[in-house]
Amino acid sequence: MKLPVIAALLAVVVLGGLGVGWYLNTDRSGDQFAQCSSSTAVGGAIGGPFTLVDETGETVTDADVLSEPSLVYFGYTFCPDVCPLDNARNADAIALLDERDVKVQPVFISIDPGRDTAEVVRDYTDLFHPRMLGLTGSQEQVRAASQAYKTFYQIGDTSDPYYLVNHTTFSYLMLPDHGFVELFRREDTAEEMADDIACYVNAM
Amino acid sequence: MKFMTIAASAALMVLPHLAMAHDYKIADLVIDHPMAIETPATARAGGGYLSVTNTGDTDDKLVEARADFLRVELHTSKDVDGLVSMVRLDGIDIPAGETVTLKPGGMHVMFMGLEGHPFQVGREIPVTLVFEKAGAVDVILQVEAREEHAPKDGDHSGHGDHSNHGASN
Repeated sequence: MKLPVIAALLAVVVLGGLGVGWYLNTDRSGDQFAQCSSSTAVGGAIGGPFTLVDETGETVTDADVLSEPSLVYFGYTFCPDVCPLDNARNADAIALLDERDVKVQPVFISIDPGRDTAEVVRDYTDLFHPRMLGLTGSQEQVRAASQAYKTFYQIGDTSDPYYLVNHTTFSYLMLPDHGFVELFRREDTAEEMADDIACYVNAM
Repeated sequence: MKFMTIAASAALMVLPHLAMAHDYKIADLVIDHPMAIETPATARAGGGYLSVTNTGDTDDKLVEARADFLRVELHTSKDVDGLVSMVRLDGIDIPAGETVTLKPGGMHVMFMGLEGHPFQVGREIPVTLVFEKAGAVDVILQVEAREEHAPKDGDHSGHGDHSNHGASN
């Protein structure tokens, strides 16, 4: 009598555990990244196909530019305060990963293509990291990329050349064959990000 | 001899930092370390930062920053659960006995119209700060390297260990 009860209890615990594990990993690509911490609740799938314009003016797709682990941030270069802080933080995380021989590409996608030409995003990203890739595009291309990543932006009154743009400031870790695996917030430090990113990349 | 060389070297290393920590006084206000952070060559806007200490017993207010750019405004960055917006401020209160700091990620002087004249490290930007009670004071903002101002605690960066990501062009 006793044994079946224990077995049943065990089954509940194990299945329950699996259920929680499955739940926590619903938005991820599988159990291989289970040890890479995340308490981030993310609604819906993040990422997907996009067509944008790179720093050299070439039209590129997500398949072209996300062929290696990438840390993706959406912002605009006219933003002199917060975006540079976030990009510098991301560049610092990438530099920490470089030291550990974990290669991750920092990516900056402009959501202000009206002002951010290919040349502007090139100059901007070069200031932060030699490998930081700047992407821009048409209004439609940028909007589609933003929607794929569930980011939000709101462009101010463009009759003023110094219009501002309100936008979300999350950074997304994208892995080849897995897509989106992790989201970082402004509060996350370069060290925390480097640790998390290394965990994911090493588990690939 | 050796000691003098070391002392001289140390002095040379320390001096630029001392030079950056310049301050200005007007009435009861002390303005410390006015600076801006370098921008890319194609930048149209840049941010300026400083702190103001009110040593008196009367509240004051920074109401304007004037400089030779198309537009100069006082701004703050607002972050609501990751959605960031910049907001123009009519003024920045400087309460009696307190120090108010404009720093990256928060309040800043927003310089617009940099086209063709980016903030390069070492450039000096003359700015007139106008206070409601203390009046106007001319200060010089020195442009500093981005990597000197890594986000948050930031002490891991910009001191030679892995600062190769800063100036690539």
